[in-house]
Amino acid sequence: MKNPTTVERKSERELVVTRTFNGPAHIVFEAWTKPELLKQWWTPKSFGISFISCEADVRTGGTYRFVFSHAASEQPVPFFGRYIEVTPHSRIVWTNEESADGAITTVTFEEKDGKTLLVLHELYPSKQALDDAIASGSTGTSGAGEQFEELDKVLLTLGRS
Amino acid sequence: MVQCQRAHLDASFAALSDATRRGILERLGRADASITDLAEKFHMTLTGMKKHVGVLEQAGLVTTEKVGRVRTCKLGPGRLKEEAAWIERYGQLWEARFDELDKIVEALKREERIYGRKKRK
Repeated sequence: MKNPTTVERKSERELVVTRTFNGPAHIVFEAWTKPELLKQWWTPKSFGISFISCEADVRTGGTYRFVFSHAASEQPVPFFGRYIEVTPHSRIVWTNEESADGAITTVTFEEKDGKTLLVLHELYPSKQALDDAIASGSTGTSGAGEQFEELDKVLLTLGRS
Repeated sequence: MVQCQRAHLDASFAALSDATRRGILERLGRADASITDLAEKFHMTLTGMKKHVGVLEQAGLVTTEKVGRVRTCKLGPGRLKEEAAWIERYGQLWEARFDELDKIVEALKREERIYGRKKRK
């Protein structure tokens, strides 16, 4: 049976996602840090995305570059950044540099009784940056993105912000 | 979920396609107002104004509250709904990823049971 995933906007600048995995931290960590494993789960089919390329040098100071194809986009969609901290089996911190106001993502792995609690934390540089990400629908996948953007423009001209 | 989000956006666009309704939103952006006030400002009958407000209310762009005999209109929580929809979509993405990750974790655990932790690497 699968464990529940929780997601919460914890503050004006933060999103937090949690999930428990039925395996030890070193295994979950491995699946996040080996590109050949990462590739197998990072682009769920149900979201219409798949990898065109996946390069990741997962160590402190290393960089990554993921290029996706998306059902709703003719152009490939790149994601890239740098690993600020990689501590084996417990913590990975990286930047998201494909947009100027990208978040810092921190993932922690906490093992208890052979299971691992994973906490993913995204910290945006400002409230505006997170609001903008939401308004543009940029989960990196959302097909409704342009629609939100259009609606936003309309609302903006109405003096609602 | 996605369908529901689209339907909501369609309702918003339909509501915004009318110049009078955009004017009403602009007005309410400055201050709350009663249906009677709005009807006067836009030189309309009360019934006509009620219809427009009803469309905006359906789209979540306006909320109304009746106090005594006066129905007051204010800008609605449309933005909050968008945020809730986005966060749900964001959560769905991670959930879909994690469901796949579950399978990898199971496979790696199996390998470890067979080959041991060191040999596998």
